[in-house]
Amino acid sequence: MTQRLVVIGNGMAGARTVEEILARNGDFTITMFGDEPYGNYNRIMLSNLLAGVEDEAGIYLNDLSWYADNGITLNAGVRIERIDRFAKVVYATDGTATPYDKLIIATGSSSWTPPIKNIHNPKRGFHQGVFAFRTLDDTRGMIRYARDHERAVVIGGGLLGLEAARGLQNHLSDVTLLHAMGHLMERQLDEKAGHMLQASVENKLGIKVITNAMTTEILGKDRVTGVKLADGTVIPCDVVVIAAGIRPNTQVAADSGLTVERGIVVDDQMRVQDEDDIYSVGECAQHRGNLYGLVAPLWDQAKVLADHITGRDVEAAYTGSKLSTKLKVAGIDVASMGLIAPESDDDEVIIYSEPKKGVYKQLIIRDGALAGAILVGDNSKAAGLIQSFDRAQALPEERAEMLFDIGGPTGEVKPEDMPDDAQVCNCNGVSKGAICGVVNAGCKTVSGVMDSTRAGKGCGTCKPLVQRIVEWAAGGEAEEDPAASWYVPGVPMPKPELMAAIRKYELKSVSSVFEKLVPGGEHDAKSKMGLASLLKMMWADRYVDERDARFINDRVHGNIQKDGTFSVVPQMKGGVTTPAELKRIAEVAEKYNVPMVKLTGGQRIDLLGIPKEQLPAMWADLDMPSGYAYAKSFRTVKTCVGSDFCRFGVGDSTALGIAIEERYQGLEGPGKMKLAVTGCPRNCAEAYVKDLGVVAIDGGKWEIYVGGAAGAHIRKGDLLCTLDSAEEVIRMTGRFLQYYRENANWLERTYSFVPRIGIERIREIVVEDTDGIADALDAAVDEAVQSYKDPWKERAVPATPGQFRTSLPLTVLPQVPVRS
Amino acid sequence: MTIAPISETVLGPVDEIPFGEGRTYAVGPDMIAVFRLRDGSLRAVSAVCPHKGGPLADGQIDNRVVVCPLHLYAWDLATGCSQSGQPPISVYPVRVDDGHIILGD
Ligand SMILES: Cc1cc2nc3c(=O)[nH]c(=O)nc-3n(C[C@H](O)[C@H](O)[C@H](O)COP(=O)(O)OP(=O)(O)OC[C@H]3O[C@@H](n4cnc5c(N)ncnc54)[C@H](O)[C@@H]3O)c2cc1C
Ligand code: HEM
Ligand code: SF4
Ligand code: SF4
Ligand code: FES
Repeated sequence: MTQRLVVIGNGMAGARTVEEILARNGDFTITMFGDEPYGNYNRIMLSNLLAGVEDEAGIYLNDLSWYADNGITLNAGVRIERIDRFAKVVYATDGTATPYDKLIIATGSSSWTPPIKNIHNPKRGFHQGVFAFRTLDDTRGMIRYARDHERAVVIGGGLLGLEAARGLQNHLSDVTLLHAMGHLMERQLDEKAGHMLQASVENKLGIKVITNAMTTEILGKDRVTGVKLADGTVIPCDVVVIAAGIRPNTQVAADSGLTVERGIVVDDQMRVQDEDDIYSVGECAQHRGNLYGLVAPLWDQAKVLADHITGRDVEAAYTGSKLSTKLKVAGIDVASMGLIAPESDDDEVIIYSEPKKGVYKQLIIRDGALAGAILVGDNSKAAGLIQSFDRAQALPEERAEMLFDIGGPTGEVKPEDMPDDAQVCNCNGVSKGAICGVVNAGCKTVSGVMDSTRAGKGCGTCKPLVQRIVEWAAGGEAEEDPAASWYVPGVPMPKPELMAAIRKYELKSVSSVFEKLVPGGEHDAKSKMGLASLLKMMWADRYVDERDARFINDRVHGNIQKDGTFSVVPQMKGGVTTPAELKRIAEVAEKYNVPMVKLTGGQRIDLLGIPKEQLPAMWADLDMPSGYAYAKSFRTVKTCVGSDFCRFGVGDSTALGIAIEERYQGLEGPGKMKLAVTGCPRNCAEAYVKDLGVVAIDGGKWEIYVGGAAGAHIRKGDLLCTLDSAEEVIRMTGRFLQYYRENANWLERTYSFVPRIGIERIREIVVEDTDGIADALDAAVDEAVQSYKDPWKERAVPATPGQFRTSLPLTVLPQVPVRS
Repeated sequence: MTIAPISETVLGPVDEIPFGEGRTYAVGPDMIAVFRLRDGSLRAVSAVCPHKGGPLADGQIDNRVVVCPLHLYAWDLATGCSQSGQPPISVYPVRVDDGHIILGD
């Protein structure tokens, strides 16, 4: 039966919870009460509204039509006074009584007013010229009043106070910030960072800051003329804004007999203590002793509440949130998360300080995980740190990498400093303005924005910048995208779960995966290639190969070019060839009028500009195996000449490179695998920057480096192990590649995969075999090696009708007679 | 959505197109990519990608969209609309009749 759901409070938590309930098809008739006479707007954006970078229309999250469209009765501007929890009725100030079956209290907080003489006016609340900063009405009033005045004082030097001070500068010329504590943002920053921030706020923004400032009195008879501090200082001003903290709105709950301590006490299902039918969510709720004053925890609470109240998952539990904050003041970077000071001698503290530039960075690491971080003056690493902090990810051995971009391009640009037409994605030509446009149109996930603009879908190096722009444009409102953890966008599962399900149901073809594992059985073009690669890896010979699951490159075994022609790169193991082979290539190039013959970076020869229909004949004339220069697979093994010829060589790099390529040729994977073997540490074959690089060292030994890259991203590989023989290197190579194939995300190259897992962990698994899976990895890669077939053999009998038929009029197509 | 009028034309046996793939046909002056969905039905659209001339018949499809192989923009096969702000492609009526691909109506 449809139940009556009443929600008190139409703010960010209340409305979000209702959205989550609707998303779960909850069967309720919903009535909402909100003290404010509006739909639900984004309170966070009030800072931007004050600063003039956002207008009122732009901050609504749910406008009035949303309520109507979803059949919700909204009583905007109606306050609830009392709950009768026995009769299950709520009473409003307008005299109405509304019965409920389930009740949600989401009354949020109000701004707290410190005891200051003359701050109130008995008739009109505040003294004329004094404002709180909490609601749209507060903000409107403040803007209207500030426009006609000169000098403002903001009381409170936390996040809110700083944002208020910065915003007021948009309306008047003189702003002073008073803070009762010794340094700014004392809850998020340590003393050093607080002072550094103060210097930036004063010098860069021109806001005067006074710390240890106890405001005792508001001066002025009918309107504000100044404030007085405890030490007698008088600061003349016309506007006073109070941003001294918030207090949860718990009065109604307390008056109605619910358990209220600092907030309304709730359990892990967000139910009010001892109540079966009353929930509370948002800033007014006290969970496990904690009150939250940021939105991120509210989103998590809303999901759990919705899961529970709709019966979707009655076991769902909210267990608390880890907090991270960023200051939303243009030009002043501040981010903070977790601890701001070490708590024991075992806590590792890393500090970088550059006072002249106003840059301060501190990390606190406990048990190998990030327990806290402070960034002032440089937020370029904030996104990554927040992520490691939230998910307790393994940290890089080189701690400095967490604070700086090492080896990467320097001088990270800030979204706010970029002009709208600045090109962000250099591969697909997407501007900052285009990205912001999509965000403003309501798409607030990074992957959603990437899908609709194609930004970040080329070489991928701009992804962090795209992410920063999305976060900035969304004003801290960027949404975590559940799909970000999925292996492919069209199947809602991360890789380990997906593999388990594929094994459980023995799904051997791409279409069977869609039909079994996607609700509704919807196929997804953009997921096919990743699934094909995964299934081939898992089932080797038993994989049921549906050709349409392949990308065109893999259907015709060449790399598609800009004009629809293809490139032909024959295999040339280790970059070693023979005069006979070269002659054959030369003859083929002449015979087919190949437009360009070029040496590749992978030490082989590329014949470019070949029409699809010529491919089979050309492969036959070449009579060489495919070099796999088009697939997400094992590519080449570059080698140097090594000990056979080189004066410095200490190992036969050429022979080993050829042997490795011989064994692992064509092995598919989640990303390209480019290898090299070099004959001594002079590294002529560039082995340090390969997915897997082998370096001969004196004494007949070989070092293996993994996770290197020298493409758009440059990274030196991590030393995995040192081995005594070429045979061991070949085996270890296969074991590492197999571990990568089984565990990397789709298109995740080793340069991200290795740091994500951590080189120590990889070493434990593949070298030391602490998990006991080394034999299984060896066996799996051996099965894959056995199932290798040279794809260019498909020239004799095409795999599908018209496999090599032209798709564009590069040559005149056979004309079909037109029936009149 | 642009549905291009075209007079009825037999393009050839439907078996020329493997399930889930596309092939290009020249019909008078037009180049048309015909796709055979995994559910057996056909879709016909202009063969040349409006972005930078990519061969759409070489793209991957599902039951809704075709993804151009060159820069991976996607178009709706039924309406021709781009999902990423590109110009639309033309769509043509197409059906199977007695094992043959019939374009137009
Ligand atoms: C200027 C500003 C900037 C901020 N910036 C950030 C930021 O960058 N990042 C961040 O995470 N957080 C930020 N916050 C905090 C964030 O806005 C709050 O955490 C969030 O709005 C809390 O949501 P809520 O639903 O619990 O409370 P609210 O959004 O306050 O909603 C509660 C609603 O209930 C109504 N109500 C109260 N009592 C009753 C009653 N008895 N009957 C009917 N209605 C009632 C209130 O009028 C209000 O509309 C900012 C806040 C402000 C003011
Ligand atoms: C779709 C985009 C890309 C295409 C079409 C492409 C194409 C190619 C081709 C045809 C080769 C020669 C391959 C060979 O000889 O085996 C090559 C080599 C190379 N590419 Fe790309 N590439 C692409 C993306 C990238 C990216 C994203 C990176 C870096 C992250 C990269 C880095 C390299 C490097 C370093 C080489 C030299 C190969 C070697 O030394 O083994 N490429 N690329
Ligand atoms: S070959 Fe590589 S570097 Fe050169 S244009 Fe193409 S993708 Fe860019
Ligand atoms: S890496 Fe060493 S062995 Fe190889 S060519 Fe260079 S100097 Fe010679
Ligand atoms: S040519 Fe089709 S997407 Fe670029």
